[in-house]
Amino acid sequence: MKRLRAWFLAPTWTVMLSLFAAPLAIILAYSFLTRGTWGGISRPWSIESYQRLADPIYLGILWRSFWIAGAATVLCLLLGFPLALFISRAGNRKNLYLSLVILPFWTSFLVRTYAWMFLLRDTGLINTVLQKLGLIHNPLPLLYNDGAVILGLVYGYLPFMVLPLYATLERLDRNLLEAAADLGAKPWVALTRVVIPLSAPGIRAGAILVFIPCLGAYLTPDLLGGGKTVMIGNLIQNQFTTARDWPFGSAVSLTLMAIVLVLLLVFVRRQEGGLV
Amino acid sequence: MKKKWLAAPLAIYAVLAYLFLHLPLLILAGFSFNASRFTVWQGFSLAWYRAAFQNGQLKESAWNSLIIAVFATIAATIIGTLCAYGFWKRSQPVLAGSLYMSLVTPEIVSGISLLAFYQWIFRFLHIQLGMHTVILAHVSFSIAYVVIVVMARLRTVDAQLEEAALDLGANEWEAFRYVTLPAILPGVVAAALLAFTVSFDDYVITSMVAGVDSETLPMVIYAIARRGVNPVVNAISALIVVGFGSLILISERLRAT
Amino acid sequence: MESVLELDEVSKDYPAHRAVNAVSLGVGRGEFFSLLGPSGCGKTTTLRMVAGFEDPTTGKIRLNGAGIEHLKPYQRNVSTVFQNYALFPHLTVQQNVEFGLRRRAENHIDQRVRQVLELVQLTGKESRFPSQLSGGERQRVALARSLVLEPDVLLLDEPLSALDPNLRKQVRAELKNIQRQTGITFLFVTHDQEEALSLSDRLGVMSGGELQQVGTPEDLYLRPRTRFVASFLGLVNWIDGVGVRPEATRVTKQPPETGARSRPARVVQSTFLGNCVHVEARMDAGPTVVAEVSRLGESFSEGETVDVWWQPDDELTFAGDEPTQE
Repeated sequence: MKRLRAWFLAPTWTVMLSLFAAPLAIILAYSFLTRGTWGGISRPWSIESYQRLADPIYLGILWRSFWIAGAATVLCLLLGFPLALFISRAGNRKNLYLSLVILPFWTSFLVRTYAWMFLLRDTGLINTVLQKLGLIHNPLPLLYNDGAVILGLVYGYLPFMVLPLYATLERLDRNLLEAAADLGAKPWVALTRVVIPLSAPGIRAGAILVFIPCLGAYLTPDLLGGGKTVMIGNLIQNQFTTARDWPFGSAVSLTLMAIVLVLLLVFVRRQEGGLV
Repeated sequence: MKKKWLAAPLAIYAVLAYLFLHLPLLILAGFSFNASRFTVWQGFSLAWYRAAFQNGQLKESAWNSLIIAVFATIAATIIGTLCAYGFWKRSQPVLAGSLYMSLVTPEIVSGISLLAFYQWIFRFLHIQLGMHTVILAHVSFSIAYVVIVVMARLRTVDAQLEEAALDLGANEWEAFRYVTLPAILPGVVAAALLAFTVSFDDYVITSMVAGVDSETLPMVIYAIARRGVNPVVNAISALIVVGFGSLILISERLRAT
Repeated sequence: MESVLELDEVSKDYPAHRAVNAVSLGVGRGEFFSLLGPSGCGKTTTLRMVAGFEDPTTGKIRLNGAGIEHLKPYQRNVSTVFQNYALFPHLTVQQNVEFGLRRRAENHIDQRVRQVLELVQLTGKESRFPSQLSGGERQRVALARSLVLEPDVLLLDEPLSALDPNLRKQVRAELKNIQRQTGITFLFVTHDQEEALSLSDRLGVMSGGELQQVGTPEDLYLRPRTRFVASFLGLVNWIDGVGVRPEATRVTKQPPETGARSRPARVVQSTFLGNCVHVEARMDAGPTVVAEVSRLGESFSEGETVDVWWQPDDELTFAGDEPTQE
């Protein structure tokens, strides 16, 4: 039995070691090297790439990535919570409503990002409609800024917030809510004093599931930010293409990975502590 | 809940939320039929679809995407199914952890690390970036999805069935093949459909490891979109959404059987 | 009688505890042998070691004289009927029953399947799926699936416990019938002492991983070697360290028989059970005993002063409480 299992796991081990672990090991090594004259890598070994991260420009990019990802996460939470609440109370239509949330997500991410380009640009639908309605005379600069990026991220990752929230809300004991109502609590109070605190595990799970991909986003800031919104992901991509500074790009990548790992660890600790 | 508090406001909100989620795509698709290239409706037309199908670059890249997706899906589904089966027998925390990490790693980091890895390997093997490098990359990130879907299916299978098979004279491989595999087959197919869409749609990783001759459809769409909005992209997008949507619907149905 | 199955000092250790402790027993060819005991006593673990799903930590298992403890389940000529039947849901009854035969690529599969389905009275249901069958029918498919392989020993893991209680007696009789007809050796595991006593040619009682006693139902009931065996197989009145069965315990307002031991007592309760009456009486010395009396004899009411008596021959005595093995 054990031998068969070993054979079954061997291909995955091979792929993970060669195409996941080894690449990461290589960029770990590269991060301690120096940029070659024509790009790429060369000796000597140094920690210069990591030291460069302390430069205000790069710290600024880091900070901006955090605040954009944070804003997207908070918006996802605000927008997703009522939706999750609605679905959890929908009786036998729950699965249908859930599918309606999940389905757009599994179509193309690229297409969904492009859709917002189509809507937000100067000659896009929103501006055209607003101008036709006479509400504005000149097009609003809706695209190619931080706001558009946040919008694109929220649109892309909202299902990641809705699903864990739904899972937690669905498991809530209905009796608690009825008890609150019996004790005279108005709906708003029951919501803020009972439902929201009890859905903390779901909120945490949704937050981490949204924040981490947003932090490392590349495509959304690239297309919707138009090169003006530089997040960590764009910085990394730039180092490996235009700037050809592989050591620095590697250092930034590993820093991002480290941040992601720390966030995950903190999250796992919190969840296990919170699970009664 | 007997008392439906907040029922009306929540329902209204839900409608708005669903509109937010679905309208952009619907509008995009709608305007793919617009006779004009401006965002003013000027009549129904299939011109952009015709243009899309006549565009050589689009067709070639779509074909590349298809080839890559098919090979990557087959490989990832087989490897991932076997892996899920191995996990079912006894948990493997290290391997499971690494699969989870591969899901959580930002795509740009996966992309550049694979690029670095390939360039390093190419010092020893005299090959270049091309379809094969893309396929391998796709396999590496698809396995995790397959494992998740198949594991979910395996949890519904009674472990004692394999014992019964062994008891009746089947060896370990026959037990898997004649008893467990038929039971999980819908899950395996669902996983394959999922892996296919994930592979076909990938832009970030693919763009880092594709060669000159292995341009994929997302790469072409990206290039066009970067320059601005083009109704041909609307048309392709509509096709992609419908295509992927159908595959995912089938996949969901299979997972529910 | 030759032994077709022998367990020789078989033990099974888990990290936390010893599930089976040095069990030795022999099952004769064509015998209906039961392993009886409460849940957790190790009987199922023992069965699984014979089937090959667990490896014994120490000890030997011999089938027809040859050691099998290192063989895989599919290399042993034994077959198991599982408690939950473990029927393959994606295969029909026919395909389930012929599964083992197909793995062996044997001849005359259709004919043999037909015969065994006749034996378990499932003819006509060949193309049904397990989900379309009743609990009793599924159990018969599980039985047929193993029987058709003509194993040296058929292992049954509490096969009746998943059935409706009213179905059990009937299936029990059918099971005994099938065993007689086919002559296959049955190793039957159960926690129900009535099942074990009525079905078995011989049985072994287990507790805490140890085999306490092996013998015929009569042997074990009338001459139990340990207190555990005595109380597991039926009610026992414990009086001053000695055990007396309710049917041997008499209650009377008249003087007892000669030679009998007696104690004064007060009636607590008299319960009519249909074919007999159980009279509970608290003895002055302390314990409450239950006497089984004929409904045609004296009747007793609460509070009456009576004599409880029994014949010394009916006493169950034990050489200490050490468990013994055969």
